Amino acid sequence: MEVPRIWRLKKQRYALQGEVCPHCQVKIFPPRDVCPECGGEAKTPFSFSGQGEVYSYTLISNAPAGFEEQAPYTVAMVKLNEGPLVTAQLTDLGDEPVRIGMPVEMVTRKIRNDGDERGMIVYGYKFRPVMAK
Amino acid sequence: MNKVFIVGIGQTPVSESWDKSLKELAGDAGLMAIEDAGIGYPDGLFVGNMMAITANHQAQFGTLMADWLGFHHKPALAVETACSSGSSAFRMALMAIASGEMETALVIGAEKMTDSPGSEITASLATAADAELEADFGLSFVGLNALLMRRYMHEYGWKHEDFSDFSINAHANAAHNPNARFRNPITRDSFTRSPMISDPINLLDASPVSDGAAAIILSSRPIQNGRKPVSVVASASMTDTLSLQHREKAVHLKAAEASAKTAYAQAGLSPSDIGLFEYHDAFSIMSALSLEAAGFCAPGEGPRLAKEGKIKFNSDIPVATMGGLKARGHPVGATGVYQLVEATLQLQGLAGPTQVKRNRYAMTQNIGGSGSNIVTHILQSE
Ligand SMILES: [Zn+2]
Repeated sequence: MEVPRIWRLKKQRYALQGEVCPHCQVKIFPPRDVCPECGGEAKTPFSFSGQGEVYSYTLISNAPAGFEEQAPYTVAMVKLNEGPLVTAQLTDLGDEPVRIGMPVEMVTRKIRNDGDERGMIVYGYKFRPVMAK
Repeated sequence: MNKVFIVGIGQTPVSESWDKSLKELAGDAGLMAIEDAGIGYPDGLFVGNMMAITANHQAQFGTLMADWLGFHHKPALAVETACSSGSSAFRMALMAIASGEMETALVIGAEKMTDSPGSEITASLATAADAELEADFGLSFVGLNALLMRRYMHEYGWKHEDFSDFSINAHANAAHNPNARFRNPITRDSFTRSPMISDPINLLDASPVSDGAAAIILSSRPIQNGRKPVSVVASASMTDTLSLQHREKAVHLKAAEASAKTAYAQAGLSPSDIGLFEYHDAFSIMSALSLEAAGFCAPGEGPRLAKEGKIKFNSDIPVATMGGLKARGHPVGATGVYQLVEATLQLQGLAGPTQVKRNRYAMTQNIGGSGSNIVTHILQSE
């Protein structure tokens, strides 16, 4: 993990900041300059609510280098209420089994600890089940 | 475009090779193909490989192979499109000859995966995904396919055991291929009891991490060597979003469909003309998605083709006739070239016990990433 790269991503990683297309109004995450819907220029920031539901999920047991300490962990595709899908780990899972359609919300958590490699602790978004009100 | 012929082939056994390095494996396959064609050194070298840089600490792999094989002062380069690197290299060579720039070319696909510790090769493989959107969160390449498989099972109502026939068929065919990694048959029972890697993908859904190299000589002219000439009648490469999350519908491989449709149009053929389909069964879910995208069945019906036995070598649409990625093995950047070598043997009637009957047209489909870079070829026996 490279410090300038993580610094560049801070708005999308800590605040789920994407874009809204000024031409077709589609919500875009993460920001990408060209609207994937209409091909127009999209540079208007838009902050997502962080609310969504599980679209698919898997339990990772054989983790890639850098994530071994966390294994096993659950990675999901989450469909945000505003439309886009985002890929992230699920956290704070209680006894309730994960299921497609499960309501979840974004939280900021430690993503990985670089330890000896760069000595950096990287934070970003994870999603947890929506707490009963 | 000028017509292009496959005039020489070579392949090493797919294995966990402690004896041979990446360049030695690639060199062995390359020399076999050169000897097989018997036309001397070709005009250029195209190498398909994914992980020489990350796993073997070697950039310039194309140049190294030209050096190693004695291609003095001839053009060479390496091509990388993750798991479809081998077919991409073949396509580059094809275009070089079809354009008239070269008359002959050597294509090598090679990968050396087992030198690296498991977590490192897992991380290298994950670079096929979108680094900032997928791999940064600890998603492995198996995990990516597991997300696809879970969603597919949810949308179409299939159970995990419904995918068993893809793997059973692959192992049954590999038993007759001396170059295959796994030549042991498996049963439905062993499939369902196999250990989970990334739920719902278990060990027998997945192709093995392997070493291997395969090679092909392409030429603008057929050669007389007693074997049936084989020509390339379609070559189509298509891309999709690098990350799964940006696709319109995750469980539909749109680029695979577009690539197959373009290939059919180039060759003037339809799915019913294809006598065998060497598909990209890196995971059982990819078998289903590839069959559907290539038009052999409707979306969501892939597992049914397998359950009904239609994918066997002596049935409607033979697949993985020499073991496929599942059982021949999946040395990533080499896989596309293995598929083309095996399709060539089938078209020449040299495939042994799993020889298919209808062997005029063979199709190969090589899938890079989670469906982001797909290369389809159709070969014809003359
Ligand atoms: Zn737009």
